[in-house]
Amino acid sequence: MASPPAITAGIVDVNRVTPRPSRVTGGVRIAVASGKGGTGKTTVAVSLALSLSRYEGVQFLDCDVEEPNAHIFLSPAIEGSRPVEIPVPEIDLDRCTRCGACAKACRFGALAVIGDRVLFHPELCHGCGLCAMVCPVGAISEVPREIGRLEWGRAGPIRFGRGILAVGEPMATPIIRQLKREMSPDHLVILDAPPGTGCPVIETLKGVDFVLLVTEPTPFGLHDLRLALSVARELGIPAGAVINRYGIGDDSVERFLREEGIPVLLRIPMDRRIAAAYAEGIPLVSAFPEWEGRFRALYQGIASLAGAGR
Amino acid sequence: MTELVVISGKGGTGKTTLVGSFAALAEGAVVVDCDVDAANLHILLGGEVVEKRPYRGSEAAAIDRGKCVACGACAEACRFDAIRAEGDLYYVDPLSCEGCGACAHVCPAGAIRMEERQSGWIYVSRTPYGTLVHGELLPGEENSGKLVTRVKMRARGVARTEGASLLLIDGSPGIGCPVIASLSGAHAALIVAEPSRSALHDLLRVAGVARHFGSRLFLALNKADLSPRLAEEIRETAAREGITYLGEIPYDEGVTAAQLAGAPVVVHSDGPAAAAIQGIWGKLRGELAR
Repeated sequence: MASPPAITAGIVDVNRVTPRPSRVTGGVRIAVASGKGGTGKTTVAVSLALSLSRYEGVQFLDCDVEEPNAHIFLSPAIEGSRPVEIPVPEIDLDRCTRCGACAKACRFGALAVIGDRVLFHPELCHGCGLCAMVCPVGAISEVPREIGRLEWGRAGPIRFGRGILAVGEPMATPIIRQLKREMSPDHLVILDAPPGTGCPVIETLKGVDFVLLVTEPTPFGLHDLRLALSVARELGIPAGAVINRYGIGDDSVERFLREEGIPVLLRIPMDRRIAAAYAEGIPLVSAFPEWEGRFRALYQGIASLAGAGR
Repeated sequence: MTELVVISGKGGTGKTTLVGSFAALAEGAVVVDCDVDAANLHILLGGEVVEKRPYRGSEAAAIDRGKCVACGACAEACRFDAIRAEGDLYYVDPLSCEGCGACAHVCPAGAIRMEERQSGWIYVSRTPYGTLVHGELLPGEENSGKLVTRVKMRARGVARTEGASLLLIDGSPGIGCPVIASLSGAHAALIVAEPSRSALHDLLRVAGVARHFGSRLFLALNKADLSPRLAEEIRETAAREGITYLGEIPYDEGVTAAQLAGAPVVVHSDGPAAAAIQGIWGKLRGELAR
């Protein structure tokens, strides 16, 4: 019904910038993404990390901050944590003249002046600071507000980090942004992305060297793979695919990938034993060690494709 | 009018499979796909688009090169690293720009204006199973929560016109802004889980969000036979959390076959999954009528 959307950014071309920063040293940074949820991102990301950790320094960052799950499989020992905060306005009501300039300036509808009252909706505030800039009497100062946490630690040889969005908070992006500041320059970094194609996914993918798209051979898988691929292309990141639950559905995902020139780097069959290990929180390569070699081969494929794009 | 939202926390547990079948069983509900990042329900319901409206949900900064004095005030004011400089040339990265307008405010040369941008589409379709309203966020766009709100507003309008008594809403994975927007105003939320540690972890978090809105909470277990032990653990957890358990759906290849055929599983198959979904719908309809 709906054809895949064309990329339209409502902004003149002269202002466009290619957001990929160039890095010459350090390990490859791989984001594992999918479009559709539940296709096996975490399964692939975790097994890739475990398969490589004996040979390289690996850092694993769980960027699915709304529903982080990788810790269930990696059981990291958490060594530290800190809150993620965004700056929000605090209004000095004695100084405030109720002029409404802040409410007029805020594009997110987070501030309103009604009669003598100033209403602030913290969950709508992006923390841009414009309200404090426009206040003519300096009545607005900014105070930190916690929206989630970062945790870090070790899972065997793997450096582990994750962000956790507090329940009831809407904005995942600031947490992902801060988590990504923890990326180690001298590790191979694996980022487990959230599902979808919206802002949390973009925030995760920005600046990575390669995006590994995990899909399943079904109409839903194909539809969402198409969207995820368009995001990777918009960002100019080279991509490869993993087909999970191989054997269900049909071959339309394979045909699509062939037409688009996206290599299939790994196929994981539909197998109830694999599903059962997943259910219990056991990584694929721990339950079935014969998969380690396949994941190392997957990495060889990624490294050659990412190298070509760098 | 009752608003029922189907959510999961973890993605891929079978939300859309259930909503597609409920649409076929409910007769006359208005169906809403709020997974605007990756809407799939139209694949199952088919039908024909009768209305397509652009969604303009946000603004982005645009720098007028002729006026820019390259002072860098904009880049300093921006908290989202959306303004970059290459020498004296300043650029806006539209994927990082949140549209707050701080740069335009501080620019001493008046060189920055905020431009509305199209972030997606809102569709209304006639399907064999009722009217479907769904949103489509353009890849990489912000404000999916706001699009969800607009999609629901349109759907409520359609439901009023049609005199529908049920708004059947397919939510998105996660617990963030699109999920919160899906749940706002919902009378009941059905959580679809599968028997895994991940799904259990995620259902507790999404139940926490749903409680904020005072929605009645229900649970259905999909592919329950893949791990009977975890299925039991999830049922126990649900009972402890005051979530009404409606039943389980066994793993059934008929579900994928129905997807390939582009039809709800209860229409396409009379296998075990279809029978289980009919049972769950019967219980849910009874609960909603109470």
